[in-house]
Amino acid sequence: MPKILMSGNDAIAEGAIQAGCSFYAGYPITPQNELTAYMANNMPKRGGIFIQAEAEVAAINMVFGAAAAGVRAMTSSSSPGISLKQEGISYIAGAELPAVIVNIMRGGPGLGNIAPSQSDYFQATRSGGHGDYHCLVLAPASVQEGYDLTYLAFSLADKYRVPAIILGDGLLGQMMEPVKLTSQRPGLPAKPWALTGCAGRKANVAKSFYLKEGDLEKLNLKLQKKYKEIIAQEQRWEELFLDDARLALVAYGSMARIAKSAVKTLRAKGKRVGLIRPVSLWPFPKKAFAKPRNKYLVIEMSYGQMLEDVQLVLCGKAQVEFLGRSGGGIPSEEEIISKVNKIYNG
Amino acid sequence: MDKIYSHPQSLRDVPTHYCPGCGHGLAHRLIAEAVDELKIRERVIAVAPVGCAVIAYDYWDFDCSEAAHGRALAVATGIKRVRPQNIVFTYQGDGDLAAIGTNETIHAANRGENLTVFFINNAVYGMTGGQMAPTTLLNQKTSTTPEGRDAQLQGYPLKISEMLALLPGVKYIERVALSSPQEIIKTKKAIKKALLNQIEGVGFSLVEMLSPCPTYWGLSPKDSLEWIKNTMAKEFPLGVIK
Repeated sequence: MPKILMSGNDAIAEGAIQAGCSFYAGYPITPQNELTAYMANNMPKRGGIFIQAEAEVAAINMVFGAAAAGVRAMTSSSSPGISLKQEGISYIAGAELPAVIVNIMRGGPGLGNIAPSQSDYFQATRSGGHGDYHCLVLAPASVQEGYDLTYLAFSLADKYRVPAIILGDGLLGQMMEPVKLTSQRPGLPAKPWALTGCAGRKANVAKSFYLKEGDLEKLNLKLQKKYKEIIAQEQRWEELFLDDARLALVAYGSMARIAKSAVKTLRAKGKRVGLIRPVSLWPFPKKAFAKPRNKYLVIEMSYGQMLEDVQLVLCGKAQVEFLGRSGGGIPSEEEIISKVNKIYNG
Repeated sequence: MDKIYSHPQSLRDVPTHYCPGCGHGLAHRLIAEAVDELKIRERVIAVAPVGCAVIAYDYWDFDCSEAAHGRALAVATGIKRVRPQNIVFTYQGDGDLAAIGTNETIHAANRGENLTVFFINNAVYGMTGGQMAPTTLLNQKTSTTPEGRDAQLQGYPLKISEMLALLPGVKYIERVALSSPQEIIKTKKAIKKALLNQIEGVGFSLVEMLSPCPTYWGLSPKDSLEWIKNTMAKEFPLGVIK
């Protein structure tokens, strides 16, 4: 199949449709509006449902309903809108429904601005709403990966019956790159738990409410067991020049592209630096840190959120430095190189 | 002799958690009877609220979903749009439908979703201990209006059914009462009509039921029925609104 030029937002939308997503509800917010418009254009023509919801809160609850009824369903938004969706995401996790939520992050806190940012890492990787739960979180670093990871997110969400988040940023959403589309539609798994009407079976209930003593603890233990399996099976990352690296840079999403440029420039100058690019943010790719190394430099478009996961993995066994900007600032290749030069020989 | 009455198949034979004299059990039963009589039990997907009826799915014997507080009509929209062949209804109290969920209610109605809504108006929050609801009457005492609802401070009882009737997407709204055998017969008829509308693709239908809450009205079950008739129905007149 030939490559076509697409924006990150469009590629994520197309990845969802190719994955068999047949329900989308969203609400306008910059910088992800192209995604919603793509769905409005394509879903009705290709057998899916598109709803412009009255609010972010309604959109995520429509997704709850469509997912409970057994179809692949998605919503998308940007940071302030994702905050509004947290209640619904918690219910989706509690009711063990598969769904995909796209967050094209912008600057915060509050209304912030519309510049690219990575400051929703904590919200995405911890339980962003109430309760002990996790969403599977995938972070694309290219338009192609926006397409591929969205496609993957649907199958992982179905496999584990969890909400999955695509965590991108305004840069990724807006940039255009060539994308190779898959020609295969996935087979959709059977969902005997779905609400379809109780013909020929006992009634199904989609719920997260367990009032009887001990029942909610049982649900939580079941969720924890599932999360353990996800942690064991679904860690994803990319490595570059790590074999002989004295210093490993750690960055994800758009930030990793700039870090990659810096690593290549530094390598050309004979510096033994490498890159770990987490692709799954939850589960965090701990396995990428298994080989002993002395120095790490974590780089984020935030003031140090993924940094805490790196510190947790390394547990004080290596030197961990940090470079980050937030609120619209993006660490440049020059800033990265300058920071590396300061710590490389130290 | 012909059998003229039996336990509805759509209603599980279990004790409910409702207080003596509460209207919920009756409303559940009337809906179950209507579902059986329309032979749609295997097509129904109900959406339960947050509030006293939160575990309605433990009482009905057909597919059900929960919804976060106020979000029942968003959840129902998601279900109905992907499964138009199913019969989808929400069951919501006054706080759920007309306070925290007002936005979802108005917009589902305005989109003209082919859904059925059963709206239980008992003028009070029951589950959380008798606080003021949007439909609480003026001067009615609740745990958050200890001196009675004061229009200056808490505004007026919200007539959401009359508001919704203004929307072109809404096809049928009737207010009924669970207050006497005659009114209960009318309620059952309205429930059936609202479900039949969906079966026939007519569009958004809502039945508001004035329902007794003796516990938080501080009245006996019998006096609660009188209060609906003599006081509540004065503020919320019965009949077809649209």
